[in-house]
Amino acid sequence: MQERNISANNFEQCQKCSLCETVCPVMANNPDYAGPKRSGPDGERYRLKNGIFYEDSLKYCLNCKRCEVACPSGVRIADLIQQARIDFNTKPPKLRDVMLASTDQMGPVAGAFAPIVNFTLGLSPVKSVLDFAMGIDHRRTLPKYSSETFVHWFKKNAAASQDGFKKHISYFHGCYANYNYPQLAKDFVAVMNAFGYGVHLIDGERCCGVAKIANGMINAATRDAKINMGAFRKSVSEGRDIITVSTTCTMTLLEEYPELLKVGNDDVKEHISLFEKFIYKAISSGEVKPVWKEGWKAKAAYHCPCHQERLGQGIFTTELLKMIPGMELTELESNCCGIAGTYGFKKENYKVSQLIGKPLFDDIAAAKPDFVACECETCKWQIEMSTGVPVKNPVSILAGALDLEKTSELNRP
Amino acid sequence: MPVKNEFDVIIIGGGITGAGTARDCAMRGLRVLLIERHDIATGATGRNHGLLHSGARYAVKDSESAEECIRENKILRNIASNCVEDTGGLFITLPEDEEAGFGLDYQKKFIEACQKAGIDAKAISPSDAKAMEPSVNPSLIGAVVVPDGSVDPFRLCTANVTDAAMHGAKVLVYTQFLDFIREGDTILGVKVLDTRTGQESEYRAPVTVNAAGIWGHGVAQKAGIHIGMYPAKGALLVFGHRVNNVVINRCRKSADGDILVPGDSVTVIGTTSTKVPFEECDNMEVTPEEVSLLLREGCALCPALASTRILRAYAGVRPLVADDSDPSGRSISRGIVCLDHETRDGVKGFVSITGGKLMTYRLMAELATDLVCRKLGVTKACATADTPLPGSVDGRIETVSKRFEGKVSAGQKGAAGRQGDLVGKIKFATPEDKQLVCECENVTLAEIKYAVSELGVRNLEDLRRRTRVGMGTCQGTLCIRKAAKALAIALGDPSLAPKLAADYLDERWKGMRSVGWGDTLREMEFMQRVYKFEKPYSYDEI
Repeated sequence: MQERNISANNFEQCQKCSLCETVCPVMANNPDYAGPKRSGPDGERYRLKNGIFYEDSLKYCLNCKRCEVACPSGVRIADLIQQARIDFNTKPPKLRDVMLASTDQMGPVAGAFAPIVNFTLGLSPVKSVLDFAMGIDHRRTLPKYSSETFVHWFKKNAAASQDGFKKHISYFHGCYANYNYPQLAKDFVAVMNAFGYGVHLIDGERCCGVAKIANGMINAATRDAKINMGAFRKSVSEGRDIITVSTTCTMTLLEEYPELLKVGNDDVKEHISLFEKFIYKAISSGEVKPVWKEGWKAKAAYHCPCHQERLGQGIFTTELLKMIPGMELTELESNCCGIAGTYGFKKENYKVSQLIGKPLFDDIAAAKPDFVACECETCKWQIEMSTGVPVKNPVSILAGALDLEKTSELNRP
Repeated sequence: MPVKNEFDVIIIGGGITGAGTARDCAMRGLRVLLIERHDIATGATGRNHGLLHSGARYAVKDSESAEECIRENKILRNIASNCVEDTGGLFITLPEDEEAGFGLDYQKKFIEACQKAGIDAKAISPSDAKAMEPSVNPSLIGAVVVPDGSVDPFRLCTANVTDAAMHGAKVLVYTQFLDFIREGDTILGVKVLDTRTGQESEYRAPVTVNAAGIWGHGVAQKAGIHIGMYPAKGALLVFGHRVNNVVINRCRKSADGDILVPGDSVTVIGTTSTKVPFEECDNMEVTPEEVSLLLREGCALCPALASTRILRAYAGVRPLVADDSDPSGRSISRGIVCLDHETRDGVKGFVSITGGKLMTYRLMAELATDLVCRKLGVTKACATADTPLPGSVDGRIETVSKRFEGKVSAGQKGAAGRQGDLVGKIKFATPEDKQLVCECENVTLAEIKYAVSELGVRNLEDLRRRTRVGMGTCQGTLCIRKAAKALAIALGDPSLAPKLAADYLDERWKGMRSVGWGDTLREMEFMQRVYKFEKPYSYDEI
């Protein structure tokens, strides 16, 4: 008798129960997609025999990982699909995919000309050209670029004062907070400082790599992963945990690095944490003390991003938000918004992307919140574009609800 | 009792030997009747490794068998391209082999013997062996590359039967041999029973060929003839996926569990060799001792097997024959035994073809057919070595799957892999036809319809042998309800579905029981949940 059965990504542990198919948002909306079971564990058996069995339709997987959350046998279905795309897809990525994926290369260029870029990207003739020439859907609202990156701002305005704190963390800001929405990162610094933590940048931070993985640029993603891991180790050795604000970045650092890129992270994994988990634990253990603004009131609906579902840490966010007096929180039914990073930007995916998101958009409309609370930047684009309801990261919600000055005083050593 | 048309030759046994003989006889212009009590390939033919021997295994001990193997190996690659996969093979030497006296000195002797037999055997370094087959035991100290491969015995047998039928042979499955029609010392024909209708019939022909494998012992007895046969049970285990892509053997004296073959979507380890009584040949169970022996030996070839899911266990019976020249009956020949009972026993019109192995079935068929032709005064030469089998004219999946218009679906690729160039006969007319019934093995509704109309399928076991339906990870849990329904409709009686499903799952269950732990046990529990059997058969709709 064998003591244990294992296989790569647990594909052989699949019992063919098909639960994954019931939660796959793509399968329900795109008949060309064979679904997670067939694209993942079923397909893997035949791909091992002959690469000819690789199906082009694997490209429709948006890597939301809901299949993995549903699987009662621990099969890493989405990883199997991503891995097969890495191993068998021989077509080089299109220019569009390279541009969408290279968030950290496009960021500095676009940021330098931000007003022009934002203006032009908003013009419908430009969108038509992008649609026609590049396959970026013209109906999509494109994310804005900021003229000053967070890193630039931080070095100029905040870096000098950080050593004055007693406790310290390293901040993995990610591409979005740096290039597109520095306000989120500024809020993060404000909240962390108020709780008594000095914030430090990661040495030479690179993009987490998720968009490169999704678009088949594995070598570039692996190179970035190794650089990031080196910086994380240095940070941990200096006694600083790494705090993140993006669920997708976090999932990539924790799960995709070892599983898909084969970049080990065992030694630092325990020290990488999402902001919500970190702060919830700190508040509930009494490590830090919040002072909330008098009379602050809001009606929010929480959307748990797919990758947060996969991490299983959404509970920290909801519990954290519920700590805020005056917060009226609705927890939305768990549904994919349909954007999945760069997926929804592609012309061929636009329709399916919006179909996938519809149940969520309907729920948001019915809840009539002041804003949607959500930790994911791409969910934010999709929900704001599709519902008109603003989306706020819990970091920013806290920045608004906390009396930062009084919190600061209370947590000063 | 009706007397049926006469034939030139009646062949008893629808295994690979009978199928090959039927094809050869039919190609030489004889009027052929093939009878089989179950379905084709149900005996030893469907219960072995599916190894396309290079002959290396026999090179040191039995150069004649080795030469036969490599000759037939080359022929089968040519005529049965759709049934054969050119995986290549390794014979590895492990440190413990060295201690047992089968070290690198033996490897040298082995390579010389191979080359003498015409087998292209070449020593490679352990690191090259690991690069060629990453799953191989990394502690190996030597390796030899040989032209082994894998062969799908179901496909091979089906192709032979199909070709026989295309050359005019009549094929009766589920038709049991009861007795001979005999006049004095001459066999005139056979009495048979249609096992499904209970109808008895007689068929006549000047020559009857006994190609019934181990059951040929009993067939010969009906003619008052004794063939000294030894039923040697061989057990095998099927692993859930292809762990290796190259056949792995041990470079030492042949022993139990020393061949690991990647076949289609799985890997098979085998075999054992145990003498069993004739009564057991019809119903064999794999014992826990056999399972642990195979697992232990398998892990020596490929350590990953220790943690790979085992789908099922099965066993077949080799028809070993005692050498006629040895009156004690102790000396057993592994070679081909072709007996003319007229000269041997004084019984006219009766021939037995037995011994041998899957690899040499074509040669066995040729020898038997030559003998039949001599008796009938037919002089046409054998052409089976040069004529591709149906499906194998251009049987490689890479070329076959290009024949479909537009985007090729998983089911079409699967069908192309199984049916070879005959895949064009499968009609993907409606969207339903393209739908997968068995998702583990990519079997579509269209392929099921094709198997029923063209390949003589009567039940789900028959369908499995033609299409691999239900042979995957879930062993039918997910698909058999759908397959049973599709088959029952194709057979023209939808009410058959529950019985078809129950019979099939009973058989799967038997194979899973021997390895019922871990994920296989979970699968069995899931299967039980999905299909709740009560007699008379009914099953829950899910």
